[in-house]
Amino acid sequence: MSGPALEIAGLSVRFGRRSILHDVSLSVAAGGATGLVGESGCGKTTLALAVLRGLPPQAEIAGRISVAGQRLDPLDRAALRRLRARQIAFVFQDPVRALNPALRIGRQLAESFRLLGQTAQEGRRESLALLARLRIAEPERLLRAYPHEISGGQAQRVGLAMAFAKRPALLVLDEPTTGLDPDATASMLDLVAGLRSERGTALLLISHDLAAVGRSCDRIGVLYAGTLVEEGPASALLARPRHPYTSALARCAPRGSARRRGPLPTIEGGLPDPAEPPPGCRFTPRCPFAKRDCRAGALPAATRLDHVVLCNHPDQAWPDPPGGLPASAPREDVVLSAEKLSVRRQGRVIAGPLSLRLRAGETLGVSGRSGSGKSSLLRSLLGLLPPAAGTLNLAGSPLAPDWRQRRRAELAAIQPVFQNPDEALNRALTVRAILLRPLRRLAGLSRAEAARRLRPILDQVRLDPALLDRHPRSLSGGQRQRVAIAHALASGPRVLLCDEPTTALDLSVQAAILNLLVELRDRDGLAILLVSHDSGVIGFLCDHEIHIGGTQ
Amino acid sequence: MSGLRFAAWRVVLGLITLWLLSVIVFAAARVLPGDVGRAILGPLADARAVAALDHALGADRGALASYIEWSRGLLQGDFGVSYAYRTPVAPLVAVALGRSLRLACLILAVAVPPALAAGLTAAHFAGGRIDRLLTLGGLALTVVPEFVTAILAMLVFGIALRWLPISAEPPPGAGAGTWLRHLILPALPGAVALFGYLARTLREASLAALQSDYLRAAILKGLAWPAILVRHLLPNVLPLLLTVLAAQLSYLLGGLVVVETLFRYPGIGLLILSAGRAHDFPLLQASVLVLGAFVVAASLAADLAVRWLTPRAA
Repeated sequence: MSGPALEIAGLSVRFGRRSILHDVSLSVAAGGATGLVGESGCGKTTLALAVLRGLPPQAEIAGRISVAGQRLDPLDRAALRRLRARQIAFVFQDPVRALNPALRIGRQLAESFRLLGQTAQEGRRESLALLARLRIAEPERLLRAYPHEISGGQAQRVGLAMAFAKRPALLVLDEPTTGLDPDATASMLDLVAGLRSERGTALLLISHDLAAVGRSCDRIGVLYAGTLVEEGPASALLARPRHPYTSALARCAPRGSARRRGPLPTIEGGLPDPAEPPPGCRFTPRCPFAKRDCRAGALPAATRLDHVVLCNHPDQAWPDPPGGLPASAPREDVVLSAEKLSVRRQGRVIAGPLSLRLRAGETLGVSGRSGSGKSSLLRSLLGLLPPAAGTLNLAGSPLAPDWRQRRRAELAAIQPVFQNPDEALNRALTVRAILLRPLRRLAGLSRAEAARRLRPILDQVRLDPALLDRHPRSLSGGQRQRVAIAHALASGPRVLLCDEPTTALDLSVQAAILNLLVELRDRDGLAILLVSHDSGVIGFLCDHEIHIGGTQ
Repeated sequence: MSGLRFAAWRVVLGLITLWLLSVIVFAAARVLPGDVGRAILGPLADARAVAALDHALGADRGALASYIEWSRGLLQGDFGVSYAYRTPVAPLVAVALGRSLRLACLILAVAVPPALAAGLTAAHFAGGRIDRLLTLGGLALTVVPEFVTAILAMLVFGIALRWLPISAEPPPGAGAGTWLRHLILPALPGAVALFGYLARTLREASLAALQSDYLRAAILKGLAWPAILVRHLLPNVLPLLLTVLAAQLSYLLGGLVVVETLFRYPGIGLLILSAGRAHDFPLLQASVLVLGAFVVAASLAADLAVRWLTPRAA
C-alpha cells in the first residue's frame, strides 16, 4: 500500500462551547507506529473516536481524516461499516467492558470473521488459531466462556484477536498497558508487534505512559489540552524533548530514591477550561518560560529534522525543583509487624508465610505480579481478610486478625489509601462530610473539635479549603486522591497502607502525590506500606522492598 | 446443575409463599365484619334463620377447625363449595381466570412490541424531541386512571365511530375473530398504562446499553444496525423486561376490576371482590390462592429466564 495508513489534517472537535481538539495534524505511515501521549482530559480518546468516525452526533468536527487513503467524512453508512469491518481496528481501554456480558466469547469473536464473509466453521477455526497465536492456554475453553469468567489479560487478548481477525490497515490501541505489571506490558506489546509486522498493520498507540510508547513506536505526538504541541521521531523526542510540556512530563517519571534525590518535579496548575482555552499557546498558564508573544495569536510551528514543536521558546531547561526536607533517617521504633503471616483468599493460601517490620518514618514496598496477593496482604493487615496463620503486632502489643475485634485506637492507627479514589470516596457526600466522619468516629472528636481539625488536615495534603463543600465527582483525579489521603490521615494514624495509590493517575499528578507521601513520611514520621507494580515508584519511595509470588 | 437446584429451591419458596398467602387470606376473611348468612339472606331476615344458614354452610365453626378442613380438601384437589352459589368453587374460578388470562395476554400482545420499539427509539434519540415526547407521554399514560381510558375508548371507538363492540363477551358460538374484536376495547386501558410504564423502563435500560463500551465496540466492529439491536442490545434489555412483566402480572390478572366492571367482563378480579363482599370464604380463598399461584409461577419462570439470559448472575 502506498500513502499513510492514517492522515489527520487540521482536525478540530467542539462539543458546544467546549473545544476538545484544536487544529491537530498527525499521520501514521503504512505499517508504522505512532504514539499519542497526553494526560487525562487532553483529548486522546476523542481523537481515537474521530479516527473511527465514532463521535456522538452533537460533536462539531472540522478538518480531514483519511484511513488507508480513504476520506472518512464523505462515506455513507454502508461504506463506513465496510471500512470499520476491514480497515480499522480499535481495542478499548477496558477490554472486559468492551465485551457483551450476555454473549459467549466465541460468538463475539465469530462476528468479526463473519463480517469478512467467512462461514461459522472457518471463523471458529481461525479464532482458535489466532487465540493460540496470542498465547491463550486453552482456546476452546475461552470460546465457551462468558466475559465475566475471564481475566482482564485474557479479555485484552480477545480484543486483539477481534482486531487482527481482519488485516487492518490501522490498529488503534487506547491505553493498553494501564494497570498491567511490567512483564505483562512487555509481552502484550511484543504480541502486537509480531502480528503487526505479519499483517502490515500500522499502529496508533494512545497512552499516558511515555516509556511504553517509546518502546513500541517510531514516532510520538504529544497532546496538551487538545493541541498537538510536539511531534517527531520517538528517539529524538524522548532524548531531547523540545516543548516545555513534554520535557516536564518526561521529568515527572519517578526515578532514583527520594532520600537521595529529593522530590520529583511536578507541573503546577491544571488543564485549562475547554470552554475558555487561553488564546495562543494553551500551556502558557503553567509555563515558566511563557512571554507575552505566547499569549497572542497563532504559534509558529518550528520544524527541525522532521521534529515539529508548537512553541515560541522551545528547548528550555526546567529549573530544578526546590529541595525537599533534609532526608531523615528512619527511626528505630517498629510500628507494625507481622510474623509468619499466611494470606488466605477464598479459602486458599495465596501468599506467605511472610514476616515484615515497619518502622516509623519508613516506607516498605510490596511488589509482585498481578494476582500474587499484594492487595490481599494489605487487606490482611487491615483486618478485612483474616489470615490463615501468623501474628500481627501494633506498636509492641498483639493486634487481632479481625478488624471487628480491634479497638478504636487500633483501627485509627492503621489506615488505607486505595488505588481508585473514585470508588473509595462516597459520591453522595461532600469533601467536608467525608473528612468529618473519621474525625468523629475514629478520632472521637466532638463536632466543634472535628471542624477545627479540618484545616490542618487539608494543609497537610495541600488541598484548597474552598473544595470542602464540593463533591468528589467535581474534583480532578489528583484532588480526589488527596481527599482519600486526607481521609486516611484524619484519624491520626501511625501507618498508611497504600494500594497502588498512583496507578489511576497521570504522570504529573502521580509525581505530586508521591512527593506528598514522602513529605508525610519524613515530616510527620508516618510508616508507609506501598503496594505497587511500578518499580520506579517503589524505587523512589521505599527503603525496603518485599517481593510476593512463588516462594517467599 | 446449580440451575436445577436453583429452580427446585424457588419452587419450595413459592409453595411456602402460597401457604402464607392462604393463612393470611383465611385470617383476613374472618376479620371481615358481618357474616355469611346475613349477607345471603339480607338485612331483614330473622336472626334464627341466619344462624341456621351459617350452621348449614359450616360458617359458624371455629377458624382453626375450618382452616384445617379446608386445607385437607385442598390437598385432595377439592376447593370446596361456594356459600353464595351453592356450587363447587373450582369451575367458577376456572372460568373467571380463563377470562382474565385471555385479557392479560391480549394486553401484553398490544403493549409490549410498541413499548419495546418506543423505548429503543427514545434511547437512540436520547435528549431529542422524540425522546422527550415519548418519556413525557409515557409518564402521562401511566398516571391516567384506567376508567378514564376505558370510558374514552368506549365513547370514541364503541359509540361515536362504532368500530368495536363495547361489551366484552362475544355472543355464544362466535369464532376467534369475533372474540378478539370484543376484547380489544377492554384490553386498551391496561395496555395503555402498561405501555407507558414499559416504554419508560425500556428506555432507561436501552440507554444504559447504548452508552456501554460493548455496544460501542459492536458498532465500531462494523456490524449493521439490525445485528447490533438483536444480538447485542436485546439480550441485555430482555431481563429487565421479563422482570417488570412478571411483577406486573398480578395487576394484569387481578387488578383490572374497574375494566371488568365497565365492560361487564367478570374476570378473577371481580370474582375476588364479589366473594369478599358476600363473605363467600371458599370462593374468596380459592380465587386468591389460584391467582397467587399464577403470579408465583410467572415470577419463577421470569427468574429462570433472566438467569439464563444473564450468565453473570448464575
